[in-house]
Amino acid sequence: MKVLVPVKRVIDSNVKARVKSDQTGVDLANVKMSINPFCEIAVEEAVRLKEKGVAEEVVVVSIGVAQAQETLRTALAMGADRGVLVQTDADPGPLGVAKLLKAVIDEESPKLVLMGKQAIDGDNNAAGQMLAALLGWPQATFAYRIEIAGEKATVTREVDGGLQTLELDLPAVITADLRLNEPRYASLPNIMKAKKKPIDVKEAASYGVDIAPRLTVLKVTEPPKRQAGVKLESAADLVSKLKNEAGVL
Amino acid sequence: MAVLVIADHDNAHVRDSTHKTVTAALKLSGDVDVLVAGKDCGAAAQQGAKISGVRKVLVAESDALGQGVAEALEALVVPLMANYDAVLTPATSQGKNIAPRIAARLDVAQISEIIEVVDESTFVRPIYAGNALETVRSSDAKKVITVRSSLFKAAAEGGAAAIEPIEAPAAPAKVRFVSQEVVKSDRPELAAAKIVVSGGRAMGSAEEFKRVIEPLADKLGAAVGASRAAVDAGYAPNDYQVGQTGKVVAPDLYVAIGISGAIQHLAGMKDSKVIVAINKDADAPIFQVADYGLVADYKAAVPELMEALTQAGK
Ligand SMILES: Cc1cc2nc3c(=O)[nH]c(=O)nc-3n(C[C@H](O)[C@H](O)[C@H](O)COP(=O)(O)OP(=O)(O)OC[C@H]3O[C@@H](n4cnc5c(N)ncnc54)[C@H](O)[C@@H]3O)c2cc1C
Ligand SMILES: Nc1ncnc2c1ncn2[C@@H]1O[C@H](COP(=O)(O)O)[C@@H](O)[C@H]1O
Repeated sequence: MKVLVPVKRVIDSNVKARVKSDQTGVDLANVKMSINPFCEIAVEEAVRLKEKGVAEEVVVVSIGVAQAQETLRTALAMGADRGVLVQTDADPGPLGVAKLLKAVIDEESPKLVLMGKQAIDGDNNAAGQMLAALLGWPQATFAYRIEIAGEKATVTREVDGGLQTLELDLPAVITADLRLNEPRYASLPNIMKAKKKPIDVKEAASYGVDIAPRLTVLKVTEPPKRQAGVKLESAADLVSKLKNEAGVL
Repeated sequence: MAVLVIADHDNAHVRDSTHKTVTAALKLSGDVDVLVAGKDCGAAAQQGAKISGVRKVLVAESDALGQGVAEALEALVVPLMANYDAVLTPATSQGKNIAPRIAARLDVAQISEIIEVVDESTFVRPIYAGNALETVRSSDAKKVITVRSSLFKAAAEGGAAAIEPIEAPAAPAKVRFVSQEVVKSDRPELAAAKIVVSGGRAMGSAEEFKRVIEPLADKLGAAVGASRAAVDAGYAPNDYQVGQTGKVVAPDLYVAIGISGAIQHLAGMKDSKVIVAINKDADAPIFQVADYGLVADYKAAVPELMEALTQAGK
């Protein structure tokens, strides 16, 4: 079975995003970029499926600027087999991403799409569900555990209040939550090997899908800053402040 | 303009996040209907009808809707949208699960986790773990919106809307519900609690988490939360996680014990009215957002705090 994993290039999760002074966006010049942490988990899961003999091929797809090739290389170094870069300088947003992924999937015909639940830049948490709807495929979001047997996937999901288990007919879309697995570090030999793995570069425009933005960003601002408060000497002080000053007890 | 709110409920009760989402919806239009989709959810529908400002309540019942299967909700809501210009739902795990499917089928962008309605087409939403706020205008004819309900006031009760049963779609063919493990608790719900007490990696074990965090929460009538590190290590169940990828809370009082204050944790609690931090490291980033801090080992500080609360009549 072929598994397709969409991966996004985003600001590294250890970097604090800074808003540009002209309020047009977040300053990404000279900022460390990495594979989106949830996409990394999806890649890890796909590679494990390959190691278990469940998957034959793992194809990673990124939509974005030319440098997103680095993101694909990261995934290839973890064990994916080949990459597809759908190149565009515009940010298509989750709907445009889902449409482009559908076009890629129509060509690739994977049995399973594993993706991140959320990209940590836009925090949309939408592309996977949108893709599933466009394909008419079943979905399991926020996956905590995945078992594949024959033509079925049994997925335990993180939901409000606990865990839910669903059984899906393949092909299906599954989005990864944080606790699905712990991604491996790529070894040096695997990083070297990844340099020789194929990456197919395609222009987003060549797919002929409408990815015109539906949302216009009017401005990007800093959230109101909290002032650091006071450090107190004792728990008794704390209770008295909470009662008399803050009025929350 | 007519707006549909998909209720967050457990069949017996509508959750407070529904009232808050109604508030957001009323900023778009006076014509707000609430959809209660579930199984044996008549009681929740009755409560929905009492939310002030609601025009009517639509009720649909089936097994798949009761299990919250996304494909069933999609099949129910997409045709209903012929009558509505916008659909809103709280950004709970279920809201996030279903809304993008509806948006894709309507061929519109989703506007995720809004914190403010500027006008009918313009909304403010946090991005980059809340380190930036984006104001976006939608050019789509219909809007699909998830709402960060902690930042809206709950609509009052006192309404008496009509309740209208509607037909549920056939069960989805390609997905089956297997089971659900629910974490049972008598404490207030994390998302709606006035006080939240959270524990972090410092707890070191599930037993210690229970021993330290739960009695304090009970004394304060608080919900219990946790950092990702505490959840990952198995000290607390997954749905306790507060943060960028967990729950976003904004209680009157948030008490962080043995939590360092990583950006991703702050994303889930920095809109709390009052923040208290107990951490033995005076340089922990949590102190940069805390109104009151105790630089102390929690092992000493929490028992002292319990004692001081008792003395204060708590
Ligand atoms: C994509 C992504 C998403 C994430 N999402 C979330 C999220 O939603 N929520 C979240 O919380 N995290 C999230 N994280 C993880 C986050 O980056 C931090 O790793 C996590 O919040 C750390 O948890 P902690 O503060 O409990 O642990 P630590 O950072 O290890 O802090 C423990 C603290 O306890 C203090 N301490 C130790 N012993 C004592 C003692 N005896 N008494 C008092 N204090 C003590 C220490 O000084 C320290 O400050 C995410 C990370 C990534 C990459
Ligand atoms: N530009 C992109 N290229 C490839 N995959 C993407 C892209 N944007 C989003 N995705 C996928 O969709 C998931 C959810 O993203 P989002 O809906 O943007 O939060 C990510 O974890 C990726 O798997």
